[in-house]
Amino acid sequence: MSIKDYESVIGLEVHVELKTEHKLFCECLTAFGAPPNTQVCPVCLAMPGTLPALNRQVVEFAVKAGLAAHCAIEPWSRFDRKNYFYPDLPKAYQITQNFFPICTGGYIDVPSEDGSKRIRINRIHIEEDAGKLVHLGAEGSLVDCNRCGVPLIEIVSEPDIRTGEEAVAYLRKLRAIARYTGISDGKMNEGSLRCDVNLSLRKKGEETLGTRVELKNINSFSFVAKAIESEFKRQAAILDEGGTIIQETRRFDESTGQTYSMREKAEAADYRYFPDTDLVPVEISQAEIDRIRASIPRLADERKAGYMEQYGLTDYEAERLTADKELSDFFERAVAESSEPKTLVNLILADVAPLYTEDISEDLLNPKSLGQLADLLAAGGINSNTGRRVLKALLEEDLDPAAYIEKHDLGQINDPEKLEGAVRTALAENERAVRDYLGGKESAMRSLIGRVMKETGGRANPVLAEDMIRKALENQ
Amino acid sequence: MDYQKMQLTEIADGLKRKEFSSRELTQAVLSKIRDKEPQVGAYVTLTEELALEQADRVDGLFSEGRTLPPLAGIPGALKDNIATRGIRTTNASRMMENFVPPYDAFVWRLLRQQEMVLMGKLNMDEFAMGHSTETSAFHLTRNPYDLTRVPGGSSGGSAAAVAAGEALFTLGTDTGGSIRQPASLCGVVGMRPTYGLVSRRGVTSFSSSLDQVGPLTRSVRDNALVLDAISVRDRKDVHSVGGQESYLAAAGQDFGRPVIGWPESYFQSGDLNPQVREYLEKALHFYESIGARIVPVDLKTLDASLSVYYIISSAEGFSAMNRYDGVHYGYRDPEAENLEEVYTGSRSKGLGREVKQRILLGSFALSEEHYRDYYLKAARVRTLIIEEYKEVFGTIDALLTPVTATPAWPLGTLPQEAGGGKYSNDRFTLPPSLTGLPALALPLGLSSDGLPVGMQLSGDRFSEGLLYRLAAAYEDAHGLLPAPQEVNA
Ligand SMILES: [Zn+2]
Repeated sequence: MSIKDYESVIGLEVHVELKTEHKLFCECLTAFGAPPNTQVCPVCLAMPGTLPALNRQVVEFAVKAGLAAHCAIEPWSRFDRKNYFYPDLPKAYQITQNFFPICTGGYIDVPSEDGSKRIRINRIHIEEDAGKLVHLGAEGSLVDCNRCGVPLIEIVSEPDIRTGEEAVAYLRKLRAIARYTGISDGKMNEGSLRCDVNLSLRKKGEETLGTRVELKNINSFSFVAKAIESEFKRQAAILDEGGTIIQETRRFDESTGQTYSMREKAEAADYRYFPDTDLVPVEISQAEIDRIRASIPRLADERKAGYMEQYGLTDYEAERLTADKELSDFFERAVAESSEPKTLVNLILADVAPLYTEDISEDLLNPKSLGQLADLLAAGGINSNTGRRVLKALLEEDLDPAAYIEKHDLGQINDPEKLEGAVRTALAENERAVRDYLGGKESAMRSLIGRVMKETGGRANPVLAEDMIRKALENQ
Repeated sequence: MDYQKMQLTEIADGLKRKEFSSRELTQAVLSKIRDKEPQVGAYVTLTEELALEQADRVDGLFSEGRTLPPLAGIPGALKDNIATRGIRTTNASRMMENFVPPYDAFVWRLLRQQEMVLMGKLNMDEFAMGHSTETSAFHLTRNPYDLTRVPGGSSGGSAAAVAAGEALFTLGTDTGGSIRQPASLCGVVGMRPTYGLVSRRGVTSFSSSLDQVGPLTRSVRDNALVLDAISVRDRKDVHSVGGQESYLAAAGQDFGRPVIGWPESYFQSGDLNPQVREYLEKALHFYESIGARIVPVDLKTLDASLSVYYIISSAEGFSAMNRYDGVHYGYRDPEAENLEEVYTGSRSKGLGREVKQRILLGSFALSEEHYRDYYLKAARVRTLIIEEYKEVFGTIDALLTPVTATPAWPLGTLPQEAGGGKYSNDRFTLPPSLTGLPALALPLGLSSDGLPVGMQLSGDRFSEGLLYRLAAAYEDAHGLLPAPQEVNA
């Protein structure tokens, strides 16, 4: 047996913090980064007698996520209590939807080697976040309850994921849904998108599932892939030596790239789930679902199809443009200013898209300027080298591409006097091409023009250059 | 002035006509408290200064000729699980001994708007878990009719205070009978309204699906008047619906020809005290004599109610009690050196035996291993009980039943020694709790030992008006129970 004989069976539990103004069950604000314990009230501090009052916007956001992930929206769902002690949980129970989640079934298609792969979704449910502990070492620990009661949805996938890359593609797609629908920022580094990985190994071709290990505390896309890879290798090595996998929860350590045991499942808590009768079941009518559906903006897949049809983009190009809502929005703003979408897309995919990492929420450059630049490029006013140089300048500051080109003398050379030297050099240093041309080989003209272009850094007007070369050779 | 013989509406008129002032009335109640409280022990916290300030304020408003709400200037008190901003709210627990809430319960806000005079906070079983007020972490409350006997519970302080004249009206809370049982044992009127009629917000949760707030008073009309004041819809309690009619007006309506059900299963048990049975039968004959139709009804779920109640209330109570962990507020074990010890030390020392017992019971019923056989089964049987009572109230208007099997039993003993079972003595009050239906405890008279005997009238959803009407008819014909000092004199 070798590592190649195993495959991972992976399911993800993704927590998405919802961007509602108020908390799930009280009127406290949810904004990230406020001073500790400034966004709290008797309700989220669990003082005696306080009652939760459901923020209906959360239901709407959960339904949006469910619709975007092709889930069934349950007309009746219910809140339960998950009981456990921890200092970041003042009520000593988390209000969640254990028995009757708001969304069930569903799927997300992610790009894969074979084009596209469908990852099924088991459920999406609403729950509240816990607070945050700040450990001071020997002095003890502090509790910040600002996050207590902030609304979350948990999206639970089926174990359809096989590799770290698929897991990351799935997460990117979820983040895109969160951002397209506007329900969350989906920032892993701020904790508004959090991911637990359930992973087991089996021999390729087998149907039975191996012992499941849960990986926690992973807070970036790349760490998700690394944690999966590292855990896959760890388990494969154990299995290869005839060992057995222990069902447990493991923590991913970013500094070592390894996973470490947190607790074994045998000592896992019994959460004593039961219905929370401080709340009534959540009921949603078909009319309300329809209204929410109508309020969802065009999502990635819809935009992708539109781009392919309208601008003649390839599947690959359209997929890349729509993988991130901000990038897609940027493209739409830029393409409105351009008559050359193909050129624009090439520019964006080569030089702009790689800059869209996890946390871009504003345009990196003026989309109008980029649109103009694409037109200049397509019209041959500048060459691609110049195009990239201008783009770099646009990323530095907002400026008019045409003016910049003129100011830095990057435009096309249309003055014969300015081209004369370059033409002379091209002819003098390309005797063979000259011979070929004079011998009737018309294609040799191309390499001569190319040489003029090279001499002028691509700025020569190619029509003028050709004309001047012909005239010069007629005189020989 | 003998305010114990007056209806609250008469007192309100007296204040309005300046026959006496709120300060005079408050002083009279304070002197009664000074006289009785050392024996009765109804209060956990007295707010004498605040009370006199408020009384003066109301007198000032009356002298300006202002029209004030019906409870303005009238001294009342609240069970100590009802949050009062700036006034400690202990739940009769060491855990919360020094807890001063930064918020008001919705019902207290309503009573403040009524300009009532708050005399203080009343003793109770710790976190409302108990039936004799003996589980209070602070002190005993004694039955004003016999100081050697229990006042009942968990709203024992609320009942004893009204009986002793230490407050003209009080609020209690009722989970499985905690208003009706002490009201009956102390000879006062106690109403558990329909679930949702009165807001629970700011009232410490014991069992969310069962807890209700209600009034305890000397007379039926007093009770209706207080319910009128507190049955207002609260938008932040999702179950809150608010009052359906003027209950005071309903109490005064013609008796008519109601159909009163007499559930044989309630009267068959051997432990029903013969004097209690006698009073109940007399009440039936009385109602028949004034035009009611009495019909026997067949109710099969009474015995099941007991197990269902203890499983559900303990499960919900387990979850509700876990927040008292020494971390965020309340008692923290000063000897704790790590998180584990904060939890175990604070809870071991801060909570009493009865509370711990319920927590363990609830924890067991909800555990993964037992959830189906206990919690889930209890929830299903509860649905059957709800259906049974729904059907019964399709054919009759009200049920007449015992409140308890026996009158008040001696302090330090269990009810079975007085002829009941430890918990089975509570069973008659459980069906209205489990079904969310209203029920009222009304004093019928005194036993040969001078102990109050009461009955329970229960009805369909929102039948409070009807229940007051039936109770008022009895009270009008029989008069108020003599006050304890008149009996003991
Ligand atoms: Zn809050």
